[in-house]
Amino acid sequence: MRVVSLRRLVVAVLTVVLVLTATFAAVHLTPGDPVRLFLGPSADEATVAATRRAAGLDRPLPTQYADWLVRFAEGEWGTSIAQQRPVSRILGDALGPTFALVGLSLLLTYLAGILVGAVQASRGGSALDTALTAATTFLFALPSYVVALGLILVFAYAAALWGWPAWLRFPAFGAASVGADFLPPAARLGDAVRHLVLPITTLALVGAAGTARFVRGAVLEALRQPFVRAARAKGLGEARVLLRHALRNALVPVLTLLGLQLPALFSGVVFVETIFGWPGMGRVTVQAVLARDYPVVMASTAVFAVLVVAGNLVADLLTSLADPRTESGR
Amino acid sequence: MSGVRPGILARVGWDRRARIGGALIAVFVLGAILGPLVLGRAPVELADVVARRFMAPLAHTSDGAFHLLGTDRFGRDVLARLLLGARISLAVGCLAALVSTLAGIAVGALAGYAGGAVDRAIIAATDAALAIPRVPFLLLLVALVEPGAAMTVVALGVTGWMTVARLVRSEVRAARSRPFVEAARALGLRPRRVLVRHVLPNALTPALVAAALGVGSAIMLEAGLSFLGLGVQPPTPSWGNMIASGRDALMIAPWVALSPALAVALVVLGFSLLADALESAIAAESVAS
Repeated sequence: MRVVSLRRLVVAVLTVVLVLTATFAAVHLTPGDPVRLFLGPSADEATVAATRRAAGLDRPLPTQYADWLVRFAEGEWGTSIAQQRPVSRILGDALGPTFALVGLSLLLTYLAGILVGAVQASRGGSALDTALTAATTFLFALPSYVVALGLILVFAYAAALWGWPAWLRFPAFGAASVGADFLPPAARLGDAVRHLVLPITTLALVGAAGTARFVRGAVLEALRQPFVRAARAKGLGEARVLLRHALRNALVPVLTLLGLQLPALFSGVVFVETIFGWPGMGRVTVQAVLARDYPVVMASTAVFAVLVVAGNLVADLLTSLADPRTESGR
Repeated sequence: MSGVRPGILARVGWDRRARIGGALIAVFVLGAILGPLVLGRAPVELADVVARRFMAPLAHTSDGAFHLLGTDRFGRDVLARLLLGARISLAVGCLAALVSTLAGIAVGALAGYAGGAVDRAIIAATDAALAIPRVPFLLLLVALVEPGAAMTVVALGVTGWMTVARLVRSEVRAARSRPFVEAARALGLRPRRVLVRHVLPNALTPALVAAALGVGSAIMLEAGLSFLGLGVQPPTPSWGNMIASGRDALMIAPWVALSPALAVALVVLGFSLLADALESAIAAESVAS
């Protein structure tokens, strides 16, 4: 098992190197000059040359490429042009809020998705199944920014307009209220949780819809397998057959799905953080793009990819723990 | 044997999901073609802004103009802009999906037919590309050039080929060893002709599902980029920049943002229903044969 894990690690590192190469190529081999785009059309030649030299962009491409790989590995990601702060510190500050968003919404996504999918499969073909299929299909087609705006409309604006109770109204912007730093710890935590509700619900609704569709199919497939017939023949109750035999076997492909869902989740994070003003990686990236702040954009794209690769490794590990056959099967 | 098997098309035609999905897409395509012809450009241009802005849906103006979906902050008819925007959004989405599907077919066919080291290198690159979250990478690409419709097509095209490539590769690998391909090779046909005429037509069916899903996700992403201000630029209406411009008025005039938002959702739903139906039809057909 250890040998196989090492092989996966090598593949993961190679993937990161390829991603870094793609990021580098995107910046340096496309038409358009980052320095001129950043300085604007009115910049004179001397300023352009000076900025280019300061950013190290006047060196030969292979040197720049090697330098980019080495510096990324060392965590020396340069200085933000727009903020004049180290890129590593900007992204470091943004990682925590993004992890909170991604971690909690993944948890909710899987809890809700597996529950709904399993209920649907156990009542396959019923009116409930049909209704839930229609609902998850529609939700899955909704872009996260549409879900986010809808939730804001209802739980921030309409809730205030219609005088809903305070616990049903949620803040639509930022990670903390103004002056939250002066609150006692418990109230501060409550404030932070309230700010998390709408962004996490957005990501979890879309994610859970996709997961439920997948789980429904996987459980229905498992229910057709001979071992389920054997379990029923033993006289086990239907609940036990569903939970211990069908669902458990259906969860192996669901773990694989985790690796596939991560890129989509991080894409959703970009929109959700921008709309809710959440101080995470996605918002930092969008702001850097709008400011033409290349060091930040390059590093954050690469960090996003590293997070996905790491998530894939975890998903692989969980899969092999849940189903030892996947090791020898490869 | 070539192309999509007729049995699959018949099954799709009988599928309720395909009918609903096809109807949704047809409504928006017809609206995009006919809408601006019928409604003209007048409702899109600026008129008496103060008197006409943020009129609720179903409103009549004093001069008798009727606004089914109301007006936006500049007094422009939301429906007219929605249908003009449909042209941009559908065109960008379909073109981007076409670019990424063709690229995916080319890459997948090359990998599957060449095999060996070429195959392994391409698959490694494809897996690496799959690990890049699409939106951050799109942002990186968009940051490098002036945003616009053409750039959006290219950016979506070069970031969306991986699923198709993987599907086509495994189908080509499977088709490569089938008897009729061996026969074609035994007849002395050149590799390229064997690939294009004999292998590929039998390997494209699963790519159809990915292509249908690809159109939906390209429309969704185009609207997303334009929503962030990095895609199609105002005053050219696209569903994304319409949602963005209606966002500030969400409280006083929710219809301005909600109409294009619903349009995106319904079109994407249409394509994903179509893809679902295609997938079931392909599965059922492979069981039947």
